[in-house]
Amino acid sequence: MSRTQISDFLVDEVTEHVYIRETYGKTLVELGREYPNIVVLDADLTVSTKTNLFGKEFPNRFFTMGVSEQDMMGTAAGFALSGKIPFASTFAIFATGRAWEHVRQSIVFPKLNVKIVATHAGVTVGEDGATHQALEDIALMRVLPNMTVIVPADAVETEKVIRTIVNHKGPTYVRLARAKFPTIFKKSYEFEIGKARVLREGKHVTIFAVGIMVCEALEASKILEREGISACVVNVSTVKPIDVETIVKAASSTGAVVTAEDHNIIGGLGGAIAEVLGENYPTLMKRIGMNDRFGTSGDGLQLLEYFGLKARNIVQAAHELLEFNSQKKSVVL
Amino acid sequence: MHERTKNVDILKEIARRVRIDLLKALHRAKSGHTGGSLSSVEILVSLYFSELRHNPKNPRWGDRDRFVLSKGHGVPALYSVLAHAGYFAREELMSLRKPGSRLQGHPEYDLEIGIEATTGSLGHGLSAANGMALAARMDGKDIRIYALLSDGELQEGASWEAITTSSYRKLDNLCAIVDRNRFQNDGAMKDIKDIEPVPDKWRAFGWEVETLPDGHDFPSILSAFEKARQTKGKPFVIIANTIKGKGVSIFENQGKYHGVAPTDDELKVALNELGEAA
Ligand SMILES: Cc1ncc(C[n+]2csc(CCOP(=O)(O)OP(=O)(O)O)c2C)c(N)n1
Repeated sequence: MSRTQISDFLVDEVTEHVYIRETYGKTLVELGREYPNIVVLDADLTVSTKTNLFGKEFPNRFFTMGVSEQDMMGTAAGFALSGKIPFASTFAIFATGRAWEHVRQSIVFPKLNVKIVATHAGVTVGEDGATHQALEDIALMRVLPNMTVIVPADAVETEKVIRTIVNHKGPTYVRLARAKFPTIFKKSYEFEIGKARVLREGKHVTIFAVGIMVCEALEASKILEREGISACVVNVSTVKPIDVETIVKAASSTGAVVTAEDHNIIGGLGGAIAEVLGENYPTLMKRIGMNDRFGTSGDGLQLLEYFGLKARNIVQAAHELLEFNSQKKSVVL
Repeated sequence: MHERTKNVDILKEIARRVRIDLLKALHRAKSGHTGGSLSSVEILVSLYFSELRHNPKNPRWGDRDRFVLSKGHGVPALYSVLAHAGYFAREELMSLRKPGSRLQGHPEYDLEIGIEATTGSLGHGLSAANGMALAARMDGKDIRIYALLSDGELQEGASWEAITTSSYRKLDNLCAIVDRNRFQNDGAMKDIKDIEPVPDKWRAFGWEVETLPDGHDFPSILSAFEKARQTKGKPFVIIANTIKGKGVSIFENQGKYHGVAPTDDELKVALNELGEAA
């Protein structure tokens, strides 16, 4: 960390916006060249998930399963049982919702080496509307023992995640989205499964975020800084296994916590952080995310605004916490 | 009750206008499913203007026939038909896919606008239709239930669970229609995961099957519905061979128009072909 306590991994200024599912598709092609054991399955959304890129280069290792998500997960299990490294992709709602029990019984319970990489998670799906916006997928995957759950924050992290999970034995869920994500990390960014990254240190409030909300959290920290409030920002890209040590340390350094995610605040990152802190370091917190409601149609990025998932909503939550804490202190005194 | 007609010229003219409006709505929304909306138009127009007993002025009428759009992504066609039938103003079509609009990207249960079930995740609609058909039988109601499925949707295992329930329960108050345009999201079904022979499969599952060589031909659609009503002791399915993107030459049988809206130029071509100045 530099003197300003800002991570060297961060770009100075966001100049790029990238479809992280495209990064996934391209990375998969590169890995396909290195790993002859990789097979890719998709359920009639290959153009959207970008697995079509792999299909073009490796038609013999690419399986179009049709609109059959449950069958796809079962088939991926069979591939894993036969020594292959299957990547199974579709929209998050179908990968984790439709096929949940197949994932649980056939893949995760027996700890099979299947990589479920789902795209189109969260409200940023946009116009397709509530039926297609997975706001529960982190919860559904996180509740499964043996499962690794990863939510990359940008294209750089997505590439590192995909490269890392190839060599990680065991069931893995990676949550990607439809919309373009701002690139916040330099190429030097280091991803490690199970490691939360402090992107910025702070004294007054800690913001834990995942996915596109990491950028909003950083934005919020800048707004807060101008107000004289110093915010710590942590990218919790591995939601499971969660980095208890880093989370407790970051929370205890400020005593006020905001979580931010494009997911229901129940069961997702907010829930996970509350569990960690509740047992280790009870801290007052506010959860920014989908407030136990379904989404709607609309432009994906504008929906972040519509549902209050922006930097200024994080800032407001921070204000409320700080005010509450200061009142509490004066009462104690 | 809504006035019904078997006049083919009238139905054709409604279909033309339904296409124009659904394309304008998709164009305005800048996203949505063009190909599979266009392939369903004659089926939906036949249902709402000739077959269903329903009342757009009284959408909660207990004795109405029910329709479930199992292929929920084709809803622009249904919204356009419902607007033309009088459930809501045609102007509302321009709110398609906007935040808070009643016309969401996929249909959400809302009887006020004539939407009987929430769909969009494929493989759900026929089960809901089965439930409605069983309830109607229980209540001794002389009403009929209809469900429109897509052929890609038949790749879902859940579809076949429902197909089995209908025949096991001898739901002769139920009529399914398959919009068999032979394309799915990623291309031609035979290149993704072929499911033929579709009619034989339904027959083997205990259904009475009628295959329409041209699922855009009103007289054959209407006479298939007539046959369905007369069939007792079994559910009835109409397998309608259709053309994805039907009605606009540049969209017809073009896989890539599955999930995209018409551009400015494409809309111009389309409106021109449909006899409407842009
Ligand atoms: C369970 C589920 N999986 C995937 C999708 C995404 N999707 C939307 S339409 C479609 C396939 C469309 O093909 P088909 O069902 O034949 O419809 P049509 O050609 O009539 O438009 C897919 C895979 C979905 N809506 N639901």
